Amino acid sequence: MQTFQRSVTVNGERFERTVEPRLLLSDFLRHELGLTGTHVGCEHGICGACSVLFDGQPARSCLMFAAQAHEHEIVTVEGLGTIENLHPVQQAFREAHGLQCGFCTPGILTTVTAFLERNPNPDENEIREAISGNLCRCTGYQHIVDAVKLAAKKLQAQE
Amino acid sequence: MKPAPFEYYAPATMDEALALLAEHGYEAKALAGGQSLIPMMNFRLVQPSVLVDLNNIGGLAHITPGADGSLRIGALTRHNQVETSAVAEQYAPLIHFAMQKIAYPAVRTRGTFGGSLAHADPSAELPALCTALNGRFRLVSGRGERWVSADEFFISLFTTALEPDELLAEAEIPAMPPRSGWSLMETARRPHDFALMGVAAVVALDEQGRCADARIVFLSAGEKPMSAQKAAEALRGQSPSAEAIRAAAESAAANEIDPADDIHGTAKFRRHLANVLCRRALEQAFQRAAGKK
Amino acid sequence: MDRKYIGKRVVRNEDPRLLTGQAQFVDDVQFPGMLHAAFLRSEYAHARVLKVDVSKAREYPGVVAVFTAEDMGRDWFPGPPLVSPPPTVKDVIFHSRRQVPLVKDKVRHAGEAVAVVIAESRYIAEDAAEQIEVEYEPLEVVLDLEKALAADSPRVHDDLESNLAAQLFQKKGDYEAARKEAEVVIKRRIVIERGAAAAMENRGIVAQWDAKGRHLTVWDTTQAPIPIRNGLAARLGLSESQVRVIAPFIGGGFGPKIMMFYPEEMLIPWVAMKLNRPVKWIEDRRENFYATTQERGQVHDVEIALDRDGRILGIKDDFIHDTGAYDPYGLTIPINTQCHVMGGYDIKNFSSEFRVAFTNRIIATPVRGAGRPQGIFVIERMLDLAARELGMDAAEIRRRNLIQPHAFPYQHEIVDQAFAPLVLDSGNYPAVLDKALEMIGYEKFVKEEQPRLRKEGKYVGIAVAPFIETTGIGPYEGARVTVETSGRVNVATGIGTQGQGHFTSFAQVVAEQIGIKVSDVRVTTGDTSEFHWGTGTFASRGAVVAGNAVHAASSIVRGKILKLASKVLGAPEAELELEDGQVRIADIPQKSVSLGELAALANPLRGAVEPGTEPGLESTAYFGPQYGATAFGTHAMIVETDPETMMVKIRRYVVAEDCGTVLNPLILEGQIHGGVSMGLGNSYYEKLHYDENGQLLNASFADYLLVSSTEMPRIEVGHLETPSPLNELGTKGVGEAGAIPVPALFAQAVQNALHDRDFEILEMPLSPNGLFELLNKETE
Repeated sequence: MQTFQRSVTVNGERFERTVEPRLLLSDFLRHELGLTGTHVGCEHGICGACSVLFDGQPARSCLMFAAQAHEHEIVTVEGLGTIENLHPVQQAFREAHGLQCGFCTPGILTTVTAFLERNPNPDENEIREAISGNLCRCTGYQHIVDAVKLAAKKLQAQE
Repeated sequence: MKPAPFEYYAPATMDEALALLAEHGYEAKALAGGQSLIPMMNFRLVQPSVLVDLNNIGGLAHITPGADGSLRIGALTRHNQVETSAVAEQYAPLIHFAMQKIAYPAVRTRGTFGGSLAHADPSAELPALCTALNGRFRLVSGRGERWVSADEFFISLFTTALEPDELLAEAEIPAMPPRSGWSLMETARRPHDFALMGVAAVVALDEQGRCADARIVFLSAGEKPMSAQKAAEALRGQSPSAEAIRAAAESAAANEIDPADDIHGTAKFRRHLANVLCRRALEQAFQRAAGKK
Repeated sequence: MDRKYIGKRVVRNEDPRLLTGQAQFVDDVQFPGMLHAAFLRSEYAHARVLKVDVSKAREYPGVVAVFTAEDMGRDWFPGPPLVSPPPTVKDVIFHSRRQVPLVKDKVRHAGEAVAVVIAESRYIAEDAAEQIEVEYEPLEVVLDLEKALAADSPRVHDDLESNLAAQLFQKKGDYEAARKEAEVVIKRRIVIERGAAAAMENRGIVAQWDAKGRHLTVWDTTQAPIPIRNGLAARLGLSESQVRVIAPFIGGGFGPKIMMFYPEEMLIPWVAMKLNRPVKWIEDRRENFYATTQERGQVHDVEIALDRDGRILGIKDDFIHDTGAYDPYGLTIPINTQCHVMGGYDIKNFSSEFRVAFTNRIIATPVRGAGRPQGIFVIERMLDLAARELGMDAAEIRRRNLIQPHAFPYQHEIVDQAFAPLVLDSGNYPAVLDKALEMIGYEKFVKEEQPRLRKEGKYVGIAVAPFIETTGIGPYEGARVTVETSGRVNVATGIGTQGQGHFTSFAQVVAEQIGIKVSDVRVTTGDTSEFHWGTGTFASRGAVVAGNAVHAASSIVRGKILKLASKVLGAPEAELELEDGQVRIADIPQKSVSLGELAALANPLRGAVEPGTEPGLESTAYFGPQYGATAFGTHAMIVETDPETMMVKIRRYVVAEDCGTVLNPLILEGQIHGGVSMGLGNSYYEKLHYDENGQLLNASFADYLLVSSTEMPRIEVGHLETPSPLNELGTKGVGEAGAIPVPALFAQAVQNALHDRDFEILEMPLSPNGLFELLNKETE
């Protein structure tokens, strides 16, 4: 069986691992690196729960192979903030009740973080468009939209 | 849902990639953005024994305007690069507009222009749009390169003119003539789904305001992008009246598409939508051509 | 009542962990040496299994074991029944047929598990599953509900005389007599299709057997860990105390994660014991469509009788319910449907017989709504038809029939899902209806806006749908509340949590009694080692039943605190107040003692516990309601339709809800929003398409369409509070409420938008294609 030495930077930390070609990036993050905050909901690219930032851009980790991540930078939900020191986007989600079961949340947080960097002051339609690739079965999206609005305010106040 | 085993190669040059494809033939699949291929591999609907990853090859992602007003888009250009490109907006506004209709933001960061064309899903936007815009594609192999028009490139469901040892390197979209207008109309269950029916119309007016040229291409309407050439031909030389437009839409929907039944809609419903959307698309395209919008 | 913590928009205790990727879900459990399972599932919906050859799979590198039904030997037997068998209601029929761990004789639905592969990785297990060869003899499939009950139908269970799984007739008054008095009688057939629950997290199980300690630990995505523990102990020949079931953070439940005893739930712990290795199985999305339970499929023949003024004289509703291949969940869904056909209306005469059919589809068990949306769809559609026939306003015909505030408790005179009398405990239904109408501006829309927009060529419509939700049924739940020496409070209850915010709402209930910050209350749910009495989270009962158990235990602990503090502070209990984790003398606030100090004093290191007392500031208490509390709500919506493309856009959506005492409005609104999104799916997007062979055609999120952020409207929620007299907190459940009236509302709105077209929506869900066909019938 083919294997590859791979070097990947995740949340600022460099990891060296040996992987087989078919190992999905989502499984690599979760089971090889133990970063289980990235969730797997469909493994066909629709639900968005596994979205991570790949070189700063949101991408489905279930639709990439770990072998492809060589010398690339990844940010997962674990890289945003900590329990003691939540990222403003995480804070906003808490205050606006932008999560219920929390399963889809990591993919939404990474997607939204990148979105707000590009568009710091979005309107409701732009927000709905930005998270249209993240399915949530609990919230009906309303509190998520509210959370993104609140996060935009928090980030602007920070600057 | 884990993919079956395969051998993986990530060549750094086009020559190496072409050599690998030549070596492995039908056993190999080229991997671009992977946003269509990897889901099928995860479902094990596709089990290639060799994957040739194109992502490490330099120079395949570009958006380059030509002196003649044409636009070249490299195969590895991500959808979101086109979506956010001012050059693309200026030179190929229809393509630029369509980007926001392709899947979701996190898919557009990986999905590629060339990948979507080579995949040849008849429900996808880019094959239909490139056909409507008279685009052509540069195909390369160890044997050399050739240009193939979009009309000839798409053969049937997921089938193109690409030989197993060939790669699509770039697409060229010619400039639209003066007094041109375009429109893309789609009906989808949810805005980001593959359309139940979609149609692109590209028209040009002569100096008298008559239709000088029209291209009407449907997506989700058959095994490949369905070009309504007779309906378009009938418009030529006519004033784009409501009546002429209605007649063109009716005839295109009735005679020049071949939609199938599936769980989201019957062929009958799709034909009905084709008529409605074609009418709306032609109206909008002619309005744009006349500078009204 | 003036409350300090209950009813406040408190942010959630559980969020920091969930937001940072630190919350543990089942798939996050990892052990060295853990094995991974993959199932071989039947491609056929109905087939005899002639031969299963697993030899190639066993030889596949990395495979540790492969099991078939035969390999299980005497450990192979069906799962337990999940709810009590029906009581001795007159003429009830019920044939219990339960799911099996692996198929032995014949396959009864596509996706049923035939063999399980255990390997070093999931990748390898899937490779090897492809190597298993099964010889099937395909049988004619049973799908159509009416044909399923015909005498000549092929049978799903060969040992039964027919596919009739159950039958129950219930009545109130005398429908036939009422019909004779009626001035308007309308009869229709209504067809309701299946949908999926589609929680974002698929199911999963990790089992670890400690051979030396003789102890089994199971992490399970279940809504009801206690019944699973008890059942597993019984199946595996262990004492209940040798089995610990943990339902950690769960990524959404919505019904199918109930105490199902899915084949995988029976198998994975058995395999872990057999191999003495930890084993993990995580369902993938395709399996979730093929192996997780579904709901909604019914066919109704309904007749409504009214007088000239639009008053309902009676309803007769006979229907067939699709239970799928097995019926472990008994009569819950069809009884709920039966109960909700009368809804919140004062109906004197009712006659309803349902028949439950076995089919070659996946098992039906409750999915958020659990039979209620069907019942509401039926009555609301019939009222719309009646209103049209009588030329009456949609809101008015509903107002005329609602149960009046003085009529509570209101007897519907039939039994509910718990086989208790269906009694609506309390409410002010007309006030809720009026609130919804006022919020959406009903009068103005109908009189001014709709005609104006119509002149502009816009097809806009309005709808209003009231509904009841029977909630909070028994038998009981319990809770243990402990003040720890840190001054913080620990709470344990037996139900599971799948996102409902129990870690916060229960903490609020405790804080209200004990005077402590909500964030200082740690709540544990779903771990049988923490609490092992109770049933689970379903039937919108968490806040009602477990919530009141938490309240009861907190009240007792409050009493213990006061008693001890009174001794310590030398002041009568009546003069003490509990605030900020302290007990103070009301008039002398500097004289105080902290809860932590009291907890230490209550558990002395020396001295004896006096007879008749217990150490610690702790109490365990239980709550079991006499019967379920019934919530009431009314939704209203304005839609715009494009009659050429069949696209429907929701312009406004309002909800007026009375679910009794509100524990946390933030959480409550979240529950409603989520319910509405699922209801909207049931209205226009979500349908499971089975072909004539019983194959599911849309077993992926590409083709099974969940509502996404771009279709979902903003929802305006208004509250009214009529506390339930059935429990001290006054709560009624709300978990399923959001989903219940939406399909009825959606159909009404689309009809109203296209009110000059002659068509009737009698199907749920509708779809663009379905609407196209309805609108084009008239021209054919």
